[in-house]
Amino acid sequence: MTVPSDPPATTAKRPNRLLKNWMAKLASLPMILTALVVFAGGTAWTVTYSFTGSRMLPRTNWVGFDQYERLWNTDRWIISIKNLGIYGVCSMVLTLVIGFTLAACLDRKIRFESAFRSIFLYPFALSFVVTGLVWQWILNPDFGLQSIVRGWGWESFTFNPLNDPNTVIYGLLIAGLWQGTGLIMCIMLAGLRGIDEDIWKAARVDGIGTVKTYVMVIIPMMRPVFITALVLIASSIIKLYDLVVAQTGGGPGLSSEVPAKYVIEYMFRAQNLGQGFAASTMMLCSVVIILIPWAYLEFGGKKRG
Amino acid sequence: MSKTLKSLLVGTALTAASAATAIELEVTHWWTSGGEAAAVAEFADAWNATGNTWVDGAIAGSGSTARPIIISRIIGGDPMAATQLNHGRQAQELIEAGLLLDLTDVAEAGGWADIVNPSSLLDACTLDGKIYCVPVNIHSAQWIWLSHAAYENAGLEIPADWNEFVASAGDLEAAGTLPLAMGQQGWQQNIAFGAITIAVAGLDAWKAVNIDKDADVARGAEYTAAWEAIANARELARASNVQDWNQATNMVITGQAGAQIMGDWAQGEFAVAEQVEGEDYSCLPGLGLNPVLDTGGDAFYFPVNDDPEITGAQKELAALLISPEVQVSFNLAKGSLPVRGDIDMSSANGCMQKGLGILADGGVLPSADIAFSQDSMLQIEDLMAQFWSGDMSAADAQASYAQLIEDAD
Repeated sequence: MTVPSDPPATTAKRPNRLLKNWMAKLASLPMILTALVVFAGGTAWTVTYSFTGSRMLPRTNWVGFDQYERLWNTDRWIISIKNLGIYGVCSMVLTLVIGFTLAACLDRKIRFESAFRSIFLYPFALSFVVTGLVWQWILNPDFGLQSIVRGWGWESFTFNPLNDPNTVIYGLLIAGLWQGTGLIMCIMLAGLRGIDEDIWKAARVDGIGTVKTYVMVIIPMMRPVFITALVLIASSIIKLYDLVVAQTGGGPGLSSEVPAKYVIEYMFRAQNLGQGFAASTMMLCSVVIILIPWAYLEFGGKKRG
Repeated sequence: MSKTLKSLLVGTALTAASAATAIELEVTHWWTSGGEAAAVAEFADAWNATGNTWVDGAIAGSGSTARPIIISRIIGGDPMAATQLNHGRQAQELIEAGLLLDLTDVAEAGGWADIVNPSSLLDACTLDGKIYCVPVNIHSAQWIWLSHAAYENAGLEIPADWNEFVASAGDLEAAGTLPLAMGQQGWQQNIAFGAITIAVAGLDAWKAVNIDKDADVARGAEYTAAWEAIANARELARASNVQDWNQATNMVITGQAGAQIMGDWAQGEFAVAEQVEGEDYSCLPGLGLNPVLDTGGDAFYFPVNDDPEITGAQKELAALLISPEVQVSFNLAKGSLPVRGDIDMSSANGCMQKGLGILADGGVLPSADIAFSQDSMLQIEDLMAQFWSGDMSAADAQASYAQLIEDAD
């Protein structure tokens, strides 16, 4: 009697599998729709209209690659790309190095660890606008760092990065590092805490020095933590905009312009949507070029392994 | 309970009734500094005096902050009743999209074609023979402001024109004064560029480039001379590391700098610092060489509205803004020149009188806002920012500039 009743039960269950956890699926539906419409749809729309001559209002008068041609012949865009390159490479390397070094120092079981952690993390609580203004004042030669050091008696001391077109990007870098390193340090510290004590004991038994243990053993073990840190830093680099607006306004001249600022100004100040869209599409391309090989290595590799 | 309900109902009825007679118009603008706010209050008072209500929609920040907000509200279907914009090309696409109210009947009733001086202001409001905005004031950019304190300190005569200023620059520098104050922002450098070009290259060349967009003239000898003069001015302003225009004006007020090239809105800063024209500072329109002024300025546009009552009130407001009494009180507060030549401005100060004299003589030019699209303007400003802050040679800059003129629209 029980045997014949079993097959109908399983066939009835099969369509139910889609509806399994239907509450959770229903709850995530708005987010799925948002992702599709706002992100994917918005991106496709932007890329499409970057091939038009749209000015203030979007129009479909196709101009082919004209907007891109103009973009890559514009000095300001080239300067922006170079600036982002310098800022990006320096910021990536220095944030990782400084963040890891600070985390390793805190991990040596020092006193007042939580106090130091708060101090290092504190700048992250400030917005980029506040960070930019603070560092604009600190680096101002008339009443900032330079005048204080001169006040101590070192009359020839010169430290004025923001007013020199060749060094202004490093002035931004200092502010960016000050703001972003604390978070990376915390993530690294969490990673270090996750390392088994036995690894350290084994290293000590084998007579391996502390620094060598970190470099040869601990860092390779912290690969997922480094990847998280890398993604966080990379996204903050691409987004670089408000710091520049607050700290230098893109000046002196065009020497601290960045791509995101180019996009905003050409879309809204110049009322040239087509040009702004072309620039933002190029930003998307640069992200994709970096992202795809990385995603392939990261996720594709795992499946095979 | 029923009593409360009744009184509530009566209250609602009363408000509804008063709303029917007094129409509320929301007006957006970006006049938020001291003198500017006082000038807007003149408009608001005049409008409230007619029994209607002025709802002030001030947007803090400059035009470049406010304009995107205003435009996105109009495009997004949440239009205000009236809004400030610089007249010129900024609103052209909105007009083409049918989003702004046609004011032609108001203009004909008020005879604007006869009273607006210079007439180019009305032309800037006109598209295909129809009028879409009310010009309310004139601002001009071709002024140099000289600090008497700086020149007295160096023991020099106050220069009477740009050439004398350049000649005196070396002595100013020797006395430890910065000759030319310059805020390191593209639009300020572009103003200086325009003023020096008119003075050095002359009016004909300027017109050929800015109005006819003739790239050959921009490559020609007159412009070569102008670019060399600008490269020279760049050296005079080399030590000026301020950013905002009013900080640069402040250097002139305090005598740290000899001069600044800036529009007539700088006058407000001198007034706030209680400086007297002719005693503490001097102004030279057209840099003292070519006494001409451009005629940029502000205008009001009225987005299209479905409610015929509001449309009627919009037209009433349009007529009010250009009426003689309102023009006098507004422009005296703002420090700008009125858009009509038939009113009494005798209480204006020396610099404004100079400007009025030039207007009366017809020495007017269209402003860059009218001549170029915002897109071309930003490209030119970018070039200026690059040139003034770096070491780009005059010849290279001239070539890039001529290319921009060739592509400009």
